[in-house]
Amino acid sequence: MIAESAVREPLVTGGKTVHDVTQDIAGRVEDKPAKSWLLAMAVSLATLAVGGYAVAMTVWEGIGMWGLNKTVGWAWDITNFVWWVGIGHAGTLISAILLLFRQRWRMSINRAAEAMTIFAVICAAMFPVLHMGRPWLGFYWALPLPNTFGSLWVNFNSPLLWDVFAISTYFSVSLVFWYIGLIPDFATIRDRATNKISAAIYGTLSFGWDGAAKTWSRYETVALILAGLATPLVLSVHTIVSFDFATSVIPGWHTTIFPPYFVAGAIFSGFAMVLTLLLITRKVYKLEDYITIQHIELMNIVIIITGSIVGIAYITEFFIAWYSGVEAEQYAFINRATGPYWWAYWSMMTCNVISPQLFWFKKIRTNLAATFIISIIVNIGMWFERFVIIVTSLHRDFLPSSWAMFYPTVYDMGVYLFTFGLFFTLFFAFAKFFPVINMAEVKSIIKATGEKK
Amino acid sequence: MKETKKYWKGLEQLKNSDEFQKHANKEFPEYLPIGGAEGEEPSRRDFLKLMGFGIAAVSLAACETPVKKAIPYVKKPVSVDPTMPNYYASTFVSGSDYCSVLVKTREGRPIKLEGNSLSTFSGGGTSSQVEASVLSLYDQERLQQPLIDGKKASWDEIDSAVSKELAAANGKVAIVTNSIASPATQASIDALVAAYGATHVAYDQSSFSGLLAAYESAFGTRMLPSHDFSKAKTIVSFGADFLGSWPNHTGNNKQFAQTRKLDSKKKEMSRLYAFESNLSLTGANADYRTPIKPSQEGLYVANLYNAVAAKLGGTKVKVAKVEDDVVLQKAANDLVSAKGASIVISGSNDSEVQKLVIAINQLLGSYGNTIDPSKSVNLRKGDDAAFAGFVKKLNSGAISGVIFYNCNPVYDHALGSQIAAGIKKAKFAVSTSDRSDETSSLVKYQAPDHHYLESWNDFEPVTGQFSLSQPAIKNIFDTRQAQESFLKWAGQEVSAYDHVRASWNKNVYEKSGELAGADGFWNKCLHDGVYELKGAALTVSGPDVDVTGAAAAISKKYKVNSTELELILYTNYSVGDGTQANNPWLQEMPDPITKATWDNYLTVSPKQAEEWGIELGDMSTQTVSFTANGVTEEIPVLPQPGQAYGTVGLAVGYGRTKAGKVANGVGVNAYQFASVANGSTSFAVTSGVSATPTGNGYQIAQTQTHQTYMGRETVIQETVLNKYQKDPQAGRHFPKIATSEGYKKPYAVSLWQGHEYNNHHWGMMIDLNSCTGCGSCTIACQTENNIPVVGKQEVLNRREMHWLRIDRYYSSDAEEGDLKAMEKAAQNPEVTFQPMMCQQCNNAPCETVCPVAATTHSSEGLNQMTYNRCIGTRYCANNCPYKVRRFNWFKYHDNKQFDKNMSMNNDLGKMVLNPDVTVRARGVMEKCSFCVQRIQSGKLSAKKEGRRPTDEDVNVACAASCPSEALVFGDMKNPESRISQMLQIKQNEKSVEAREPRAYHVLEELRVMPNVWYLTKVRNKDEESKTEKAEA
Repeated sequence: MIAESAVREPLVTGGKTVHDVTQDIAGRVEDKPAKSWLLAMAVSLATLAVGGYAVAMTVWEGIGMWGLNKTVGWAWDITNFVWWVGIGHAGTLISAILLLFRQRWRMSINRAAEAMTIFAVICAAMFPVLHMGRPWLGFYWALPLPNTFGSLWVNFNSPLLWDVFAISTYFSVSLVFWYIGLIPDFATIRDRATNKISAAIYGTLSFGWDGAAKTWSRYETVALILAGLATPLVLSVHTIVSFDFATSVIPGWHTTIFPPYFVAGAIFSGFAMVLTLLLITRKVYKLEDYITIQHIELMNIVIIITGSIVGIAYITEFFIAWYSGVEAEQYAFINRATGPYWWAYWSMMTCNVISPQLFWFKKIRTNLAATFIISIIVNIGMWFERFVIIVTSLHRDFLPSSWAMFYPTVYDMGVYLFTFGLFFTLFFAFAKFFPVINMAEVKSIIKATGEKK
Repeated sequence: MKETKKYWKGLEQLKNSDEFQKHANKEFPEYLPIGGAEGEEPSRRDFLKLMGFGIAAVSLAACETPVKKAIPYVKKPVSVDPTMPNYYASTFVSGSDYCSVLVKTREGRPIKLEGNSLSTFSGGGTSSQVEASVLSLYDQERLQQPLIDGKKASWDEIDSAVSKELAAANGKVAIVTNSIASPATQASIDALVAAYGATHVAYDQSSFSGLLAAYESAFGTRMLPSHDFSKAKTIVSFGADFLGSWPNHTGNNKQFAQTRKLDSKKKEMSRLYAFESNLSLTGANADYRTPIKPSQEGLYVANLYNAVAAKLGGTKVKVAKVEDDVVLQKAANDLVSAKGASIVISGSNDSEVQKLVIAINQLLGSYGNTIDPSKSVNLRKGDDAAFAGFVKKLNSGAISGVIFYNCNPVYDHALGSQIAAGIKKAKFAVSTSDRSDETSSLVKYQAPDHHYLESWNDFEPVTGQFSLSQPAIKNIFDTRQAQESFLKWAGQEVSAYDHVRASWNKNVYEKSGELAGADGFWNKCLHDGVYELKGAALTVSGPDVDVTGAAAAISKKYKVNSTELELILYTNYSVGDGTQANNPWLQEMPDPITKATWDNYLTVSPKQAEEWGIELGDMSTQTVSFTANGVTEEIPVLPQPGQAYGTVGLAVGYGRTKAGKVANGVGVNAYQFASVANGSTSFAVTSGVSATPTGNGYQIAQTQTHQTYMGRETVIQETVLNKYQKDPQAGRHFPKIATSEGYKKPYAVSLWQGHEYNNHHWGMMIDLNSCTGCGSCTIACQTENNIPVVGKQEVLNRREMHWLRIDRYYSSDAEEGDLKAMEKAAQNPEVTFQPMMCQQCNNAPCETVCPVAATTHSSEGLNQMTYNRCIGTRYCANNCPYKVRRFNWFKYHDNKQFDKNMSMNNDLGKMVLNPDVTVRARGVMEKCSFCVQRIQSGKLSAKKEGRRPTDEDVNVACAASCPSEALVFGDMKNPESRISQMLQIKQNEKSVEAREPRAYHVLEELRVMPNVWYLTKVRNKDEESKTEKAEA
């Protein structure tokens, strides 16, 4: 039993009763789709189609459709990949780590955050496949499958292979964790269903949930175990993604600070993305009583912390470059700040280091509009961070003869657009057909008396 | 006796029922639907079933991959073994250019050219033009049969028509050629001349008329004497690009490189001074380079003459003194102190300047030492005045017929437009060009000659040195050798082979004194490709130069300080004179200096460009409206460090309109800007030149856009000679790694296990001192390894595919540490060329990162690339510190979008592909393999003979082509190999160490342990430039 302190602010406001919770959340699933939802879905599908054209052209004609060249072999592809993986960090962090820390405020946001995680990881996974010269072979050659090629095996030294394992593990665990959490809510919708089709579908999805005490007990045990499993994964995924760069020899990539710096950056961008999406969902679905200012403030505090860690990492990199005495390394960092891509560097610094510091002011961190704007700015900044790391390090490395610029083409942009289309299509489908807030858990934190506050 | 065992097929047999007996003799005792049941007629349904099965079976069979016709030899030619290459000695000739070569053929197809090391003239190397010429053989746009008035005709029709026309022309026939170095060709032309009273006029794309005239006046013989740069200690060049565009630059490179090589025994090297306007290959290799304007050149030569004369007691001449003569005086001192071992040359086409050059050489005692006037180089014989006279006569209608022998003067002569007009005035014209080019498309009779690889021919490039050309393939099209045509029209029915043999007998065999008999001698010569007549020499007297007269003429013509804009036309090292412009390998070969491809442009000093408001962005620039010689064209500008202020340079060879789809429309024709005055063509236009910025943007596709090496001593290590003499390790940079036990050499610290090489360990050594940057290696590599051409747009996208590139770095005047300023080259920079290919690292960063192990390490130290396994993540290319990996961004073969990639996009072009090397698919990574196919075949040929492979068995394409032998390849495990000797290789347990003090690894501190060593660049200068001092 959890005893609520008398003076603690309630986590759900508006004096919601248990019934209200079911009505508010399940009602969204049962109602006819709103016009606004249809419009949003149409825009997402259109984006998906336009982006799909860029993807099709890339696969049909070759990677040459993008702006890459002999010097810059990765640019938007891997930038987008790392960016999406980073975004995909918040959900599991919120659910798993905050569950372990018994942070009960997470309950009204974890469902959407986890969904976002899964969709973001799906978007991220597009890039390692699409960026290959021969994706039709690469998608399975990169797996350690028994084969008829003799002793041909994957290269376990390659960080790209570690990525394959890290991302697929993270994705599977996140998916299972999310789904387990959905089961009691699916059962609620099943029980309320008025037509046969939805009863059948939600019946299947709910895996015959019976709501017995033993079932609940197992449910909680599994959630705890999965949370324990998922927690190290949150840290490991971006650590391993950072190895793609850290284990290389390229100045600006070859940096031991990358693992913690990447994880902090991932949480930073993940929380920002969760905020962006929740602020919209909250408004559209009128969930102000469930996702309160307190939630937003707490998340903003996480953003200040991780943003500051990232800022310190940026400065440390410069210090180490100077301290190392390595000529190419020093040049790589001076070039970041003053070279041809200075604008990308300073966009990153402004968005990631300076803008979150505004959250030190309570007025700003409890202001919805400011939070929304800064959450978007942070994600722009985090995109630039990856761009800066990947492109500005590659474009001027060791031999000045090979120094080159990278210019994106419309196909670079199109493929990025494709993942946005995919992400929002999935997210809107989720928002309509799945309960966006974990009803079962939220019911445990509403005031038992149902008194209006 | 007991019954033997019995076996039954089944119970039916045991029972042996009636039913069984009825069907016992049938294979399928059950009812089969085909043919109906017992006694029944086939039904309609059976028919449908059979038809259905038939259609299905046939359609399935049709789904199989199409049958590829690989027809085995019914009668195998004795010398042709599938998969085994054959080599034939032959001679490259294009326009006025020459090189003695070996032709590598596979299954009867020439696929590669190598230098003929038996030739003392061209020296065993090749040039980019030579290497690329094998692709020109397979150019679909060559004429495929003779044409009359553009319509297909037979050779008989051509012969009767041309003979008739010639007979009717009443001796008013002109035969126009480039310089003819072939006695047999000359004889066939002479036959025509004799038969019809025709006149023969020769011209050269880059005219040496002035020099030839000067020698005629000084020695009594019109000739270009043979220069021996290998004997020279001091060389002074006034705009003479002897390493880049002079006749036989392949041989010159070899001779020059001999004077630049250094080792523990030889610590002396030559010193090269260059006074020139454009930054040429010669200037880039000069120890002291002074930018001058063409309008000053004569005065510089005269001032040098005076300075030398002052020391050696010649008559001084009265000329204006040049403003800054510090370097000139220094050059004079060096020349005098190296008397007898010095050469002064000039590229001027002004005979007065050349006369003074002769006078200087005479004072210096060069004749008989470094310059041999008894040996004439026959590659430049053109006479500007005679040619101008011909053009005049042509336009006046005094010529009834013209025969153009493999030349294209409408395009490549300054008077081209007049010739085009004149051809119409002649009654008939004949051309033997290989394509309907600018000239031959105007003539009535097109009688295409064979490609040189299909021809018999002989050559005497320099007095007494002969070479043969033999067909390496039967003529692909219905062409005929021009010599045969000429003889036929002159009334002689002789095959080209008989004609060449007769010529060889007469000119070589009979004078040789060899006792082998004519046939044996011929066979030996055909095998060797070359023959040297001992003691052959011209008899010359002199020199006798009227220096006062020459000086007076120079004083009149040249100015100390001209403020006018001046233009200098030059021949670049890729497209050359434009004869082979339709060769995509040459079009995409980066110019060694500008690193630009697929274009010509005005090279302009950065100061001038700034005045015009033009800045070179990331390959973006602007055009100017450019006028010279009364012609105006819009030309892009390329700011070029080292260009003399007030001058602009423009490469000839571009602006073709009828060369073919590769060359047409690329650049502008520079020949039209050359000025012709008093019958002399001048490639330097000193007046009437103007340029007005148009403000129009333009993109020049460069493969390298960064100019300096940013003071990175881990990349380029250089010093000057006197420091080297004191300390052979001068200029070396020794990075140190900080460890807990203090600073250590990078190679002393490692997490790696190292590789053990039990058999071979291949390595390469690149001498930055003897590499002149000519680029023949890059095309040799392209030919050998089936490297695609990607076109201008893809070069602009920085996706050229060359496995081997030559990095060109300029020095900078900036202070060390000022990174922005260090990016800018000095006004008159020092130049370093660094060939860069896969370094075959022993701890290769690419190998560890490939997720599918597509790039791995071989047991012989090679970094291998398995194309079939590659999935194209490009991680290896990103992680390559040398950026030598190339990705197949698109499908470059069998793709109409890349039809300029001639060798992979049509059936004829594909004949040039090396069958030993895979054509790479889209989406895979590729890179230098150290010509693994050559290593493999060398190992096999040694194995067949039961011995270890030696240097003779294995050499990579780049090293084999290098005229200056700057690249040396070999087995570092073999202590006898050249590389082991030169690098003084010491075998450690799991690594090798080079004890040669100049040998270094690029980016040593990364400890990737390359198998490619570079030798420091040593300049023969008194002091180091500012940047070097700052670094030191």
